[in-house]
Amino acid sequence: MKAIAKRPDVDLSIEFAGIKSPNPFWLASAPPTDKAYNVERAFEAGWGGVVWKTLGEDPAPVNVSSRYSAHFGKNREVLGFNNIELITDRSLETNLREITEVKQRWPDRALIVSIMVPCVEESWKAILPRVEATGADGIELNLGCPHGMPERGMGAAVGQNPDLIEQVTRWCKTYSRLPVIVKLTPNITDIREPARAALRGGADAVSLINTINSITSIDLDHMVARPTVGHQSTHGGYCGAAVKPIAMNMVAEIARDPATRGLPICGIGGVSNWHDAAEFVALGAGAVQVCTAAMLHGFRIVEEMQDGLARWMAEKGYRRLSDFSGKAVPHTTDWKYLDMNFQTIAHIDQDQCIQCGRCYIACEDTSHQSIAKLVDEAGARRYEVIEEECVGCNLCQITCPVEGCITMVPQESGKPYMSWNEDPRNPFRESA
Amino acid sequence: MTDSLDHLPRAGDGGRDAASLEANFRDLHPPLTQRQAIIESQRCLYCYDAPCIEACPSDIDIPRFIREISEDNINGAAQTILEENILGGSCARVCPTEILCEQSCVRNHDAECQPVLIGLLQRHAIDHMHFTEHPFPRAADTGRHVAVVGAGPAGLSCAHRLASHGHRVTIFEADPRPGGLNEYGIARYKLVDDYAQKEIDFLLEIGGIEIHYGQQLGDNLDLATLKRDHDAVFLGLGLGTSRRLGLAGEGAPGVATPGLMPATDYIRTLRETDDLSTLPLARRCVVIGAGNTAIDMAVQMARLGADEVTLVYRRGIDAMPATGHEQEIARANGVKIVTWARPEEILLDAEGRVAGMRFARTQSRDGTLMDTGETLEIAADGVFTAIGQALDEAHLAAIPGLEREGGKVHVDGHFRTDLPGVYAGGDCIALGQDLTVQAVQHGKLAAQAIHQDLMAQQEVA
Ligand SMILES: Cc1cc2nc3c(=O)[nH]c(=O)nc-3n(C[C@H](O)[C@H](O)[C@H](O)COP(=O)(O)OP(=O)(O)OC[C@H]3O[C@@H](n4cnc5c(N)ncnc54)[C@H](O)[C@@H]3O)c2cc1C
Ligand SMILES: Cc1cc2nc3c(=O)[nH]c(=O)nc-3n(C[C@H](O)[C@H](O)[C@H](O)COP(=O)(O)O)c2cc1C
Ligand code: SF4
Repeated sequence: MKAIAKRPDVDLSIEFAGIKSPNPFWLASAPPTDKAYNVERAFEAGWGGVVWKTLGEDPAPVNVSSRYSAHFGKNREVLGFNNIELITDRSLETNLREITEVKQRWPDRALIVSIMVPCVEESWKAILPRVEATGADGIELNLGCPHGMPERGMGAAVGQNPDLIEQVTRWCKTYSRLPVIVKLTPNITDIREPARAALRGGADAVSLINTINSITSIDLDHMVARPTVGHQSTHGGYCGAAVKPIAMNMVAEIARDPATRGLPICGIGGVSNWHDAAEFVALGAGAVQVCTAAMLHGFRIVEEMQDGLARWMAEKGYRRLSDFSGKAVPHTTDWKYLDMNFQTIAHIDQDQCIQCGRCYIACEDTSHQSIAKLVDEAGARRYEVIEEECVGCNLCQITCPVEGCITMVPQESGKPYMSWNEDPRNPFRESA
Repeated sequence: MTDSLDHLPRAGDGGRDAASLEANFRDLHPPLTQRQAIIESQRCLYCYDAPCIEACPSDIDIPRFIREISEDNINGAAQTILEENILGGSCARVCPTEILCEQSCVRNHDAECQPVLIGLLQRHAIDHMHFTEHPFPRAADTGRHVAVVGAGPAGLSCAHRLASHGHRVTIFEADPRPGGLNEYGIARYKLVDDYAQKEIDFLLEIGGIEIHYGQQLGDNLDLATLKRDHDAVFLGLGLGTSRRLGLAGEGAPGVATPGLMPATDYIRTLRETDDLSTLPLARRCVVIGAGNTAIDMAVQMARLGADEVTLVYRRGIDAMPATGHEQEIARANGVKIVTWARPEEILLDAEGRVAGMRFARTQSRDGTLMDTGETLEIAADGVFTAIGQALDEAHLAAIPGLEREGGKVHVDGHFRTDLPGVYAGGDCIALGQDLTVQAVQHGKLAAQAIHQDLMAQQEVA
């Protein structure tokens, strides 16, 4: 038996678009939430909520064999994950029965049902009351599945068309009293358009991102992509750690769009630990959803996620998520508003430097020739920044294998803030 | 070769069979698995102007071959190694990497304090290469013919590089087998499974190299004839004789004292035997010296089953030429290292056999070694000397004009001896350290020099 340890005094509970949850960690609609067995194990492990694997009309689709593939790092760490699965392949009846039972057994957890039916009013009108009857807390519209379903006029085929998003959302608000979360596809040029359309349709929140069209690798012996089905393959949906930067940008775009200001956002895409979650929250997310990290490590990761987030919040003096939610949004702006007078310069801490020369060759070959390679009489090498040449690009810091050895030091220029709009070097300057 | 130990028991006495002894001589550092190699290759930072390249006596582009391993290009990795060091496979096994490439790995300064395992990665690449034909082509025949004396690492490396330039090479080797110390000097657990011979078979695949065995310069072969019949001569003779202690009880040169012998002679027998249980075993064994040969001798005797192995050195531990890593291996094998003791007398029993040794205790006063006045006696039934190797002057004396420097053959920066058309490299010359990798480098560079000199002659002609 473990001793009972002291826990940080913070409140991780949230209310997202009217849905209460003991913590902001939800499992995304995917295999981990495909049936009662998994979902109950997830709740036992401590997940605050789940978005049930997307329901559709019967007959349920049939999946192919060989479904996943990965983009691996050299030590076999999974950088990105790819799948060609469809929505639930179990009957609507079975899913609805299980959802009802699970919600009854776990009343304090958030249970959201993901839905994808054809883009006709009757279909939505028919399924929504049945979902509501389960006692679920909300619905999520899967308008983002990038493979298989779009070929049938669903998923991303709807999510890429703002008019259809607005339409479907409106049907949901008409035929259901449940909060409606619209899940967005990233396979689109400007993520703000579908978010605005969802809001026009009456959405209570958006969640993003669904998976990104991808081919992870080619089997060069057989000249076919992975995952391989017989002698063929097809593009799949990409997710996992590698998509986090893309997802965060899209979350930030919506968070700082005046047209959607205040629209709750559920952050999805590569969340693997408390740190990732905190970052999404800082960009305005009110909750996060996780799929790949759970698929790779099991449900237990939520314990570290809760604990890590709580400790960090306690250290920072945040009592609840809303204390820091969106705090990074005001600092995320357009390029043209950046301060042209700001200057930072690389500094190499000679005590930490291991003389690998990586910063040197990176800057010399591909940047601004701002690092000098010096060799003393004893043959010892030393790398020094040529401050006059350094443009402050961060490349050396990024390539340095020793964390903290190269720091970027902001320079005291004594000059006031000046945007590109105000910069005399800008030929298209908006004259004051 | 071990006649002077005939009176001693055998390693197999007391029921130890050849197989169980053989188990003590398996690979000292077992190879990396495929998975370990990939993980280890990832640790390489791919330094620019990498310090490990500078530290490798044979100039291997180490970061490059490691990156090739990590990118699943094993043949590319092997070629990167072999194009600088055709004996890269044995070097990977025998190099004291702790004072060469791995010592300079920047990862030593990193928070990890642990270098990339360059030697083992090098071995991985060579062990797993799978060329369908020899990876180095032979240039069109130049019509030139070079004699190489000695089929050790220096001679073999020189021959391969000469062959690749299209010269015909004939190697004259005193022994019945090629390889030099790779074959009969390196500790048995460093080069297992007849690796030296396999590597030489691979090297000779380039073609254009012929080896004549039983040909000893200064005996049945003379330099003048070699020079007459060839366009150039390379001497890779190594150091054929062991230094003597010059002590009472040692017997006159050529006269064996029962129980006393040079370590290299014993090691040679140990390397050559098919049955370790037949080897004479010095139950109480004293090894004089402090280099890697002394360590190899002590450790191998310990692994053969000696009760007590003592290595005695006249100076302190810090002055020992054997690397710290080698000293650790010795201690791990139960070898006792006694320092500050200078050999004074070999103690003999009534039958004139070694019974032990007396040492004078020493100390260092302002850097000069002095006796303290105390003595130390160690009982032993076998004493092995490993105080250095020297040129086999008996066979070289007759060669006029071959100048010496510090007891070794003198060469210029291009490995030219003082005799026109005669080059030398490896242990027998006065450059660098006595290491396999150094010999390979000498052979390679000498071949380049020979090639250039021959081509220059052609232009003049
Ligand atoms: C016991 C011992 C252990 C060692 N362990 C290591 C180690 O672990 N790692 C390492 O890097 N180095 C080690 N060395 C050193 C290494 O073996 C040598 O540096 C290397 O072998 C030198 O190569 P070489 O070609 O110059 O000479 P050798 O290897 O000595 O080869 C010389 C060849 O020339 C032949 N020859 C000699 N005289 C004549 C002649 N007159 N006519 C014709 N042929 C002749 C010999 O038979 C021999 O084949 C060790 C040395 C010894 C003695
Ligand atoms: C195997 C698999 C199946 C998925 N099925 C669905 C689905 O049915 N409905 C849905 O809305 N999203 C589905 N997704 C997308 C995930 O819910 C999530 O949006 C995406 O994986 C990004 O999050 P992650 O980086 O944490 O995995 C699926 C993802 C995977 C890996
Ligand atoms: S040859 Fe020896 S020193 Fe050079 S890289 Fe290989 S193991 Fe290191």
